[in-house]
Amino acid sequence: MNRKIAPPIVDAVNFKLNLKPYDLFTLDNGVPVYTVHAGAQEVIQIEMVFYAGNSFETGSGIAAATNFMLKNGTSKKTAFELNEAFEYYGAYCNRSCYNETAILSLHSLTKYLDVLLPVMNEMLTDSVFPEQELDIFKQNTKQRLSVNLQKPSFVAGRLIDSYVYGDQHPYGKYTEGEHIDALNTDDLKAFYKKYYLQGHCAIFVSGQLPANLLPLLNTFFGKLQLSKPDYKNISIKTNPVEQKKYRIENDVNAVQGAIRIAQPFPNRHHPDFKKVVVLNNIFGGFFGSRLMANIREDKGYTYGIHSYLQNHIQETAWMISTEAGKDVCEATLEEVYKEMKRLREEAVDQDEILLVQNYMMGGILGDLDGPFQIMAKWKNIILNDLDESYFYDSVKAIKETSAEELMELANKYLQPEKFYELVVY
Amino acid sequence: MIHFEKFSLANGLKVLVHEDKSTPMAVVNVLYDVGARDEHADKTGFAHLFEHLMFGGSVNIPVYDEPLQIAGGENNAFTTNDLTNYYCQLPAENIETAFWLESDRMISLAFSKKSLEVQRKVVCEEFKEHYINKPYGDVWHKLRELVYTTHPYRWMTIGKELKHIEEATLEDVKAFFTKHYNPANVILVVAGNVDLAQIKELAEKWFGPIPAGDKYNRNLPVEPKQTAPRFLEVKADVPLDALYKCWHIYSRTDDRYYIADLMSDILSGGGSSRLYQSLVKEKQLFSSIDCSHLGSTDEGIMVLEGKLVKGVDIKVAEAAVIEELNKLKLDGVSVAELEKVKNKTESAMAFEDMSVMNRAASIAMYELLGDADLMNKELDKYRSVTSAEITEQSRIIFDENNCSTMHYLSNN
Repeated sequence: MNRKIAPPIVDAVNFKLNLKPYDLFTLDNGVPVYTVHAGAQEVIQIEMVFYAGNSFETGSGIAAATNFMLKNGTSKKTAFELNEAFEYYGAYCNRSCYNETAILSLHSLTKYLDVLLPVMNEMLTDSVFPEQELDIFKQNTKQRLSVNLQKPSFVAGRLIDSYVYGDQHPYGKYTEGEHIDALNTDDLKAFYKKYYLQGHCAIFVSGQLPANLLPLLNTFFGKLQLSKPDYKNISIKTNPVEQKKYRIENDVNAVQGAIRIAQPFPNRHHPDFKKVVVLNNIFGGFFGSRLMANIREDKGYTYGIHSYLQNHIQETAWMISTEAGKDVCEATLEEVYKEMKRLREEAVDQDEILLVQNYMMGGILGDLDGPFQIMAKWKNIILNDLDESYFYDSVKAIKETSAEELMELANKYLQPEKFYELVVY
Repeated sequence: MIHFEKFSLANGLKVLVHEDKSTPMAVVNVLYDVGARDEHADKTGFAHLFEHLMFGGSVNIPVYDEPLQIAGGENNAFTTNDLTNYYCQLPAENIETAFWLESDRMISLAFSKKSLEVQRKVVCEEFKEHYINKPYGDVWHKLRELVYTTHPYRWMTIGKELKHIEEATLEDVKAFFTKHYNPANVILVVAGNVDLAQIKELAEKWFGPIPAGDKYNRNLPVEPKQTAPRFLEVKADVPLDALYKCWHIYSRTDDRYYIADLMSDILSGGGSSRLYQSLVKEKQLFSSIDCSHLGSTDEGIMVLEGKLVKGVDIKVAEAAVIEELNKLKLDGVSVAELEKVKNKTESAMAFEDMSVMNRAASIAMYELLGDADLMNKELDKYRSVTSAEITEQSRIIFDENNCSTMHYLSNN
């Protein structure tokens, strides 16, 4: 046995990947229910996706506050009682608010579904938004914000988005203390009525599904005044700012700088998108990427550096993100631009392409392991108004993108002057 | 119920195999029985720095990551005060690549000077990112030093100070390898779409020839029983005052561990827990509060941490915390409340077991505690905890003389 020689492998790039199809049902009111039945554990995940994200709000923070307060009181149950109703069964009912959508989710052992769905029904039909609960929410949100504002990474994340999308755009605006102060129960109730009681909703269910899932969902959600989403994107124009370079001092004693470099980028429907995902992997998308190899593994400037396409629906951004030692921030920037230049000027060799292809295919194979992961893929496809061809075309892009195409894309996008550049110390 | 098979090689390496034919992937999890508690007090942070060096090339293979990525795999590792765990996941067809890579770095590292130089810097940046350049970043550093006078849990995995990492030498690295990175100190778990017979063959082929080395015998200083309250006040550039209280609890293998674990859930496991309801919602003294424990192998700690509502006197907030603890000591818990935290535990276990990677890591950790099958017996142990035991333990644990308190106050 010669330990210097690697054992033979099967190239993952040749795998045939399948995304397990979902089943689709429609509730009596037209709300679509996407389901994936899989997994060995007797657990279930239900995600109710409402078109109630911050794109729809009239004042900053209203969508997130309404979403959070769904679990803070109905006419029959206090916030404590709502929490207890889930926690007694070891279940989790979570809320999360994004730009387009806001989600009410349930994670539970499948056997408790019939006692938990009535509670979710109550939250979605009878939330009362108690004044005192809102006051506590406001106070605690402001306190959390004051802590976050001392973190350079948090400050940098907010600022770079505001440069790329404009500070009035849902993707670029951020919540300040005064917005939190202005929140009131009237605004929340109005938002609740329009976007939850009479909102657009889609339901995603995965895990071990009970035989009576559909009648159960119909009983508790099929009679509500909800309708199906049309999935067409609400387009609000982005308004990127003029100035491209920023240095911000947030803390005089900082020992690191939070670096963000970003350029606006089209959404998943753009023909370049899937191939740019491959290019991004080579550039800064995984541990073996060029940025990691150079800036972490060769220079030791940072604990980690990553590039990625933000997960937005209408338009997005190509982002490079790292925290580097204060004295090496400028050197880090220089190396990032050098790596862009290399990709523009030198063809990526076949070994590196094969490595990235295999790595990405192995990654997708691993990602499809388990019902929640499969559903996450489907949910992303559906909410982006795509279909299963997006998945298969992405796999095809991994298998087929050539060195020439990569170089062409690098020349088209990886141009330093297209990027916003920010360091927060 | 998680099934597994277990065998040992002649050199002492323990191997556990968990077959799951529903996944196309395989997981190889290599747990080394060494953590920050095995470090010398003047060379802290070393187990973790060493974990970084394990990726800097081994005796026959110049780099670890690339061949794994070519095989469609990915990997990571983590170090705790108790152990160092390396894991990779790859398409099951290519599992031999993982055996090749993991066995080679168990034979010997390349001990590259460049790798040490770079990783010292990388770890220093990790230290800065997580523990310096962040509000409340030094809290755990201060708490550990307050709570532990003697046991090496006194320092964090990342190390006491940057200097210890900056001064690590190649000689230190080699000595550490010889002492701890031997087959006898390893638990290898292979999980996923694999066969026991195939794994036996691969284990024998790749790991069998590695010399046994010396088994490391851990002999750590025992933390003496705390006999009086301890107190520390810190002032820092943070926006909010924060209260921390720590109590010594039991080792991970002590049956009373399960009682303490459920107790922390009663106090702060969710929106219907006692501390949240009373102190955040009703009295509005804290904007967040949490009570948890570290689950460490040796005698661990229960930690309460809360951020105060601006303007609240920390003495008032602390008195309210103590009042809640006294309620638990005096009145105990109701049947329903105890049932709630047991149900939560059952559900958390089911969710955790969904991923084959988690299952592999759990098998390794429980085997390290003495017996992987403990994993399948834990739910019963939780289920058998009684209200009376909770009351009894709350009186023992939340004793004033067992408590260390830190007031972390805002300068502003």
